[in-house]
Amino acid sequence: MTISRRTLLGTATAAAAVPLVRPRAQGAPTIKIGVLNDMSGPYMAISGPTSVVCCKQAFEDFGIAGKGLNVELVSADHQNKPDLAVSIARQWYDRDGVDMIIDVPTSSVALAVSGVAREKNKIFICSTGATSDLTGKVCSPNMVHWTYDTYMLAKSTGGAMVKAGGDTWYFLTADYAFGKQLQADTTSFIGAAGGKVAGASLYPFPGTTDFSSFLVQAQSSGAKVLGLCNAGADTVNSIKQAHEFGLSKTTKLAALLMFVNDVHALGLDTAQGLNLTESFYWDLNDRTRAFTDRVRSKTPSNLPSMGHAGCYSGTLHYLKTVHDMGAAEAKKNGVATVARMKKIPVDDDCFGKTTIREDGRNLTPAYLFEVKKPSESKGPWDYYKQVAMTPGTEAYRPLSEGHCEFIGKA
Amino acid sequence: MFGFSRSQQIAFLAMLALIIVCPLALYPVFLMRVLCMALFACAFNLMIGYVGLLSFGHAAFFGMGSYIAAWTMKFWHVDAAVAIILSGATGAVLGLFLGYLAIRRSGIYFAMITLALAQMVYFFCVEAPFTGGEDGIQQVPRGYLFGVIPLDNDMAMYWLVAVVFVGGFLLIHRIIHSPFGQVLKAIRENEPRATSLGYRTDDYKLIAFVLSTMLAGVAGGTKALVFGIATLTDVHYSTSGEVVLMTLLGGLGTVFGPVMGAVLVITMENYLAQFGQWVTVTQGAIFVICVLAFRRGVIGEIGGALRLAL
Amino acid sequence: MIMIFGIPGPLLFGQLLLGLINGAFYAMLSLGLAVIFGMLNIINFAHGALFMMGAFASWMLLQYAGIGYFPSLILAPLIIGAFGVVLERTVISRLYHLDHLYGLLLTFGLALVIQGLFRNYYGSSGLPYRIPAILSGATDVGFMFLPNYRAWVVVAAAVVCLATWMVIEKTSLGATLRAATENAPLVQAFGVNVPRVITLTYGGGVALAAFAGVLAAPIYSVNPNMGDNFINTVFAVVVIGGMGSIMGSIITGFALGVIEGLTKVFYPQASATVVFLVMVIVLLTLPHGLFGRRA
Repeated sequence: MTISRRTLLGTATAAAAVPLVRPRAQGAPTIKIGVLNDMSGPYMAISGPTSVVCCKQAFEDFGIAGKGLNVELVSADHQNKPDLAVSIARQWYDRDGVDMIIDVPTSSVALAVSGVAREKNKIFICSTGATSDLTGKVCSPNMVHWTYDTYMLAKSTGGAMVKAGGDTWYFLTADYAFGKQLQADTTSFIGAAGGKVAGASLYPFPGTTDFSSFLVQAQSSGAKVLGLCNAGADTVNSIKQAHEFGLSKTTKLAALLMFVNDVHALGLDTAQGLNLTESFYWDLNDRTRAFTDRVRSKTPSNLPSMGHAGCYSGTLHYLKTVHDMGAAEAKKNGVATVARMKKIPVDDDCFGKTTIREDGRNLTPAYLFEVKKPSESKGPWDYYKQVAMTPGTEAYRPLSEGHCEFIGKA
Repeated sequence: MFGFSRSQQIAFLAMLALIIVCPLALYPVFLMRVLCMALFACAFNLMIGYVGLLSFGHAAFFGMGSYIAAWTMKFWHVDAAVAIILSGATGAVLGLFLGYLAIRRSGIYFAMITLALAQMVYFFCVEAPFTGGEDGIQQVPRGYLFGVIPLDNDMAMYWLVAVVFVGGFLLIHRIIHSPFGQVLKAIRENEPRATSLGYRTDDYKLIAFVLSTMLAGVAGGTKALVFGIATLTDVHYSTSGEVVLMTLLGGLGTVFGPVMGAVLVITMENYLAQFGQWVTVTQGAIFVICVLAFRRGVIGEIGGALRLAL
Repeated sequence: MIMIFGIPGPLLFGQLLLGLINGAFYAMLSLGLAVIFGMLNIINFAHGALFMMGAFASWMLLQYAGIGYFPSLILAPLIIGAFGVVLERTVISRLYHLDHLYGLLLTFGLALVIQGLFRNYYGSSGLPYRIPAILSGATDVGFMFLPNYRAWVVVAAAVVCLATWMVIEKTSLGATLRAATENAPLVQAFGVNVPRVITLTYGGGVALAAFAGVLAAPIYSVNPNMGDNFINTVFAVVVIGGMGSIMGSIITGFALGVIEGLTKVFYPQASATVVFLVMVIVLLTLPHGLFGRRA
């Protein structure tokens, strides 16, 4: 009979894998945290499974069992697609009782998730996403921008490099919102520090693997610094090819967004001498080393970089806040919980003591690193030497320039 | 009625029943996504199943419809109905231009031209300021329907999407079971003979293409309203690939195949999202298995086993 | 300094030369595709994934067996070619009697599977592979510093392309191949084992892709997505050149590389789209491409 077979097929398929309405849970409220990031694409190494490991480490370090909290973790791959992320975020917040979403690399996705969190009055902690718009034009009382942003990268790498003598720049920029914003931010810092931009090449994103012609143009411009306004595989490729064309001998390379995992992928031979900014490095001090030792065994092939550290730190602080407010209160109102998070001082092994500003910006320090030469490195992952440090209070865009709408209101 | 055979009528009523009943037990936003993609797949199926032309660039129409609806809702604050109509019009106009270029060729050349043209649309969307580039157009309000019905409520939006889907589905079926549809079938089976009978086959193919792209645009526009976002993913060739997968899995050239295919693929993606890394591999594996052993697709196989045309 | 259209002469020539080098990759990859399509009527969407496997094979040979670049140039194509043979024997050969469409869909699915598996294992960041010492460094050719490795790429690609063309067009083996695709039963009646010939041809096409992969490994990031960026352009090349024509693919590959290089100088944002523009124009005027012989 046609009806029954088709209906049977449809129902069976639907029942097997489709989100259902859950009956209200009885008993102690469970705090649910969702790690939403790139598990399979170009940002897998800087977010991915290692972020999940770091969040779980935060559970352990906080001692959830002892503090009487029920905490659950879920994770999903947003594949760097804003619409998929919106779909997952909505479902998590609406159906699955998720209270807080964390990580979210890829600026376009972070912006989208921030919107959903605000709509549903839940919480979003952006660790690996970059755009400074999250605490600027589209700021929200439901989110905290934890680890770094484009302004901080531009100021640290751009400003510091000009001071170090790199006063003419050529940009190699991925032609989309993130790359262009990074270039714009960096240009203003170069100007402010007395430097000059000799030229820029905007290349089509995504899809460009060969940067040779842009590199040749950079070389002929005579600029002292080549600023790379791109990320992930593009950065790795452009550096490899810069090396190949001998650019690294005549020009300093500034990777405006780069993580220690990218350096690992490149190899020190190619990456040596690179200048980049991160807010965390595993070998920075005793506390970071202790943290890394705790997670190392759970993520043997990929050490944590700043995004992962942000997941740990953000989760830990959130748990502290929940414990302070009581789980039921914390679940009710995202805005109130985030407001509380801003009042409680942040302190952990990854970033030390920081504060979360009114607009949701967590003021982590910005370290300017230079990649070691192979001879200077004692082994795998021993890649950075610190060149400069900007404290959190100075590293980020001042509140007055952000045009964040909700601050100053009740 | 509408040219349904008896078994198809029963299947159609069963589908309607499911559409009405499911939101009580399942998450409406998920169902809305299924319905939008099902409409998209049905529109695609019109070309491959009935005209015999594989368009590898249908995402261009879906995506542009999505962008236009998002933009007009967000910046011009139009009525939701207007936004959806505009997205259909966009799909149709774009389909007219691109179709005019592509229709002259057939088979693999048609597929490659549509792929190339879709890539050009994609790069246009990357560069054009109004699309917001990688960020896309976000925070799109759902607005009001006919000025009175607020669509912020998920269920209200769901009924709108359901109506759009059923309307589109019936429209496609009406097209197929009409004299026009008969000519299309004749062209698919023996184009030279159709030409010799006096039919201007290129015109017929173009009209079918425009109808197909119009509905793809409607699907895109509706999806943008549901999720409040229109991004580059909507115009990317992987979305074109996805709709091919849905139609193939469901059954090329069947009536309910694309719908079933959409249900299966979206459900699978949803379920696998938690396993992140395996979505692509699974999609690819399904493609391979379908082509090797399962060419008629789910509905095709069921129909074959029951000796019914579904 | 000579200025041509407002661009300094040396820069222009430099870009043209770089375009030629890219063209070499396009030519190599589209050659494999053209061989497979021309001989087998299969649209091999998995070509990008197989190119990527060639790069990974050379990385793995270095990593696990300590085998360097030059032996990899021979070994990697052999290994991946063998894999191609297995693919053909097990799945692809089942589709010969069907519409082209299914071959396209099957290989598309295979590409997803292969790339997905590699991504799961190796991540997406890419793995390092160094340029061999002999070929590193750059030579001053007057208007730019040309990395020696890139010069090697052009030479190697040109040699392999020409050799392949000669085998197919000028030798009796090639003649047998061509005959087998035009009229298999007749050739089989002459005692030639046609299925085996077809299998080996597929393997050969795959080996060409893998060879291109080894060439690419030192200069592009060895990552599972490296095929994606090439595959669209390469398809356009094959279609423009004419889907059955070997020489068409080679010439078009180099030509498109040069055109892309010029676009990068004058209007870089369009450099990824110009290929498709050319394809649309060519297809509208010459239905079977520049040198094609059949639909």
